[in-house]
Amino acid sequence: MVARSIHGAMRGAGAAALAGALALTASACSNPGGESGGTAAKDTAVVGIAYEPETLSPLLGYGKDGNSKIFDGLLTQDVDMKLKPALAVALPEVSSDRLTYTYKLRKGVTFSDGQPFTAKDVVFTYSTILDPKTNNPSKGELDAVKEVRADGDDTVVFTLKYPYAPFAQRTVLPIVPEHIAGKQDVNTGDFATAPVGTGPYKLVKWSKSEKIAFEANPSYWGGAPKVKKFTMAVIKDDDVRATRLRSGDLDGAILPPNLAQGFAKDKHKKTWTAKTYDYRNVTLPTGNKVTGDTAVRRALDLAVDRKAMVDKILDGAGKPAYGPVPTGSPWFAKGTERPHDLAGAKKILDEAGWKPGADGVREKDGVRAAFPLWYLSGDKLRQDHALAYASDAKKAGIEITTQSGTWEVIEPKMKDEAVLAGGGSPGDPDFDQYTLLKSSLAGDGFNNMAWFTDPAVDKALDDGRRSGDTAVRKAAYDTVQRELVMNPGYTFLTHIDHLYVVNDRWDGLSTQTEPHDHGLASGPWWNVETWAPKK
Amino acid sequence: MARMAGRRTLFAAPVLLVVTFGVFAVAAASPFDPVKAYAGTAGLTASQDNLDQLRANLGVDQPLVTRWWDWLTAALTGDLGDSSVLRQPVADVIGERLGWSVLLAATAFLVAIVLGTGLGVLAGRRPGGWLDRCVSSAAYTLEAAPAFWLGLLAIWFFALKLDVLPAGGLTDTASDTVTFGQVASHLVLPAAVLGVSQLPWFFLYVRQGVADALEEDPVRGARARGLSERTVLLGHALRSGMLPMLTLVGSRVPELITGALLVETVFSWPGIAAATVQAATSVDFPLLAALTVLATAAVLLGNLLSDLLYGIADPRVGFDG
Repeated sequence: MVARSIHGAMRGAGAAALAGALALTASACSNPGGESGGTAAKDTAVVGIAYEPETLSPLLGYGKDGNSKIFDGLLTQDVDMKLKPALAVALPEVSSDRLTYTYKLRKGVTFSDGQPFTAKDVVFTYSTILDPKTNNPSKGELDAVKEVRADGDDTVVFTLKYPYAPFAQRTVLPIVPEHIAGKQDVNTGDFATAPVGTGPYKLVKWSKSEKIAFEANPSYWGGAPKVKKFTMAVIKDDDVRATRLRSGDLDGAILPPNLAQGFAKDKHKKTWTAKTYDYRNVTLPTGNKVTGDTAVRRALDLAVDRKAMVDKILDGAGKPAYGPVPTGSPWFAKGTERPHDLAGAKKILDEAGWKPGADGVREKDGVRAAFPLWYLSGDKLRQDHALAYASDAKKAGIEITTQSGTWEVIEPKMKDEAVLAGGGSPGDPDFDQYTLLKSSLAGDGFNNMAWFTDPAVDKALDDGRRSGDTAVRKAAYDTVQRELVMNPGYTFLTHIDHLYVVNDRWDGLSTQTEPHDHGLASGPWWNVETWAPKK
Repeated sequence: MARMAGRRTLFAAPVLLVVTFGVFAVAAASPFDPVKAYAGTAGLTASQDNLDQLRANLGVDQPLVTRWWDWLTAALTGDLGDSSVLRQPVADVIGERLGWSVLLAATAFLVAIVLGTGLGVLAGRRPGGWLDRCVSSAAYTLEAAPAFWLGLLAIWFFALKLDVLPAGGLTDTASDTVTFGQVASHLVLPAAVLGVSQLPWFFLYVRQGVADALEEDPVRGARARGLSERTVLLGHALRSGMLPMLTLVGSRVPELITGALLVETVFSWPGIAAATVQAATSVDFPLLAALTVLATAAVLLGNLLSDLLYGIADPRVGFDG
């Protein structure tokens, strides 16, 4: 009744317009209910994502892992995460001391405003990011870069401070036009909301916390995309996203396993499961008398039932994790899988002198085998993992008290108390392992949260980072993973699959191996520019 | 009247000064860290050096008073600073969003006042009649219902069950242009919810005012002189019954602002209130301070407006003595 009165108030302003709008609402996207199919334009796609980027400026961190739609990097990654040239014409030439990387640039590429792309833009992009005045929280990823310079219009030379094997993968970072971004304040200029790039799509409009709309760049050097309009709706709530997908407002969405299951019988939609590096682990701080004890660490590593977590918490959409490297990765050290072995865990604790007390909780030299475990409040997935972990530990005689809090509460306690953490960057094995396990990074921001220290691991991490020889690197990272079995300073629990449900109206869909943060760049739409409408 | 407006404006300056300092102090005391909020998920892998550099760049390593003074002196010269969470100048944030908030709040306020007054007069005419009983009990129920709950209920019913109105946003997801029809259809639910959440107050005040006025001598006299029921009701009863409601116009403004905050969040309305929530949880000092000044000004203005209206409606009251 009230709605109608407002209708009435507005009728004077144009009932026809309103009725038209309502009709449009009903038919806007695809087939409401998803039953009929084929009514909507096949060159338009609307997808629902859960996280929104803070900025669209690569100078401030946008698109640093590629697939930024609006921009291209010097290199890009294919479906198998193999590097291939993009704005460069070939993979870089690396000097024998592994300190100089030379990129030859593609000729004839223009930004979407028509201006040519040159080596100056590459130099501008990297040197601006490395400028201390630039508020880019990810600039640490380019820590190895000492200097970047242009050699003519189509050659760029990077000089590194130290040999850094994964450097080439860092150069998927998007390149911005100097003639636009160079004329404004890097931190607050409107390039962050109205970016211009060389990429397959142009930004139409970014309504913050609502949607990001793209249109195809007809003069894209890689060929104009067939999906002409591409819109990402920002919908934080899982249930609302599922509802809008069902109502036809969306063509695709990321969903948790239980909600994705609701679309299993829908013949017009397909579910995509992406393998990931997205791990959940428990930090076992070296500074804590209980978690710093190697026997306790090894016992927890065996007592935890990873398979049950995958089945019960993730509805099967995931894999047991034994370290940051997923078991399916070529970098995984075969044979480091740990079985669920409660008896073995008890035996380790007994032999180390942790004797059961009157209440079933073990003790050694007056220290109770008990510690707190923090998880991020409101994060159901981490809460479930934390509770399952505590319950598994209880069976071995270790008492874990789970507590929830925001990062503001958790951060000051990280040195002595355990945290249910998450992360994961696909690709090079250096990325996660170095920051998690290198002893010199202990307590450095959120790096090495467990204050893990192991000289053998430190050496292997350096070897792996410095060498350009795949066999040497593989041996180094095998050493890291084997050491982690002997001294598990973190208990790794699961790697989590990401599930996407998409209308079955296009060809060419696939998924890459995905990182922990999966906003705009991941999902089956990582390469929407190569989708083709189904005949 | 002009003198009163002038005096109030002078009085507003110290109030705004105190309020902005209060905002800086409360934000500084809050456990939220502006650097963490700025860095987002990237901050979870950033090195300490990087985070310290960010802290210095954002200027949040300065003491509270320095920060406030810097902000104030810059603001007085017209530079409102840059929002760290939205990464754009505060003036742009406000310019982009204020209009949509005003549209939503004004529509809702209009709905509440017009409907509330109309229903109030009808109900006050026959207290205890069926209309009065129905509307009054509905009003008491609505008064107790939080705006965000009403919003979720409205989305569930009109957008999901009936599928006649859009569930949120300013325009359809697939549409890039802001057209009148799109905005109008997307405005219906949020404005209705916000309006309905404010309506009971106006309804109950007018109903009581009119019912009381109908018992008073001037109304009886008017009836005795044989004036038409319409003239009696609207010319006599409503005019004296309106007085308490005019006070309400001013005092409901803060409620309207907080209500808009919740409603904008529920309906993904791209207004200023949604930005307020972000600014607060990210300890975005410049944005937070500017928004607080706006909200305080709106409240002061609302009070001034209701006092002025009161003076006009009842000359005995006058303008501030």
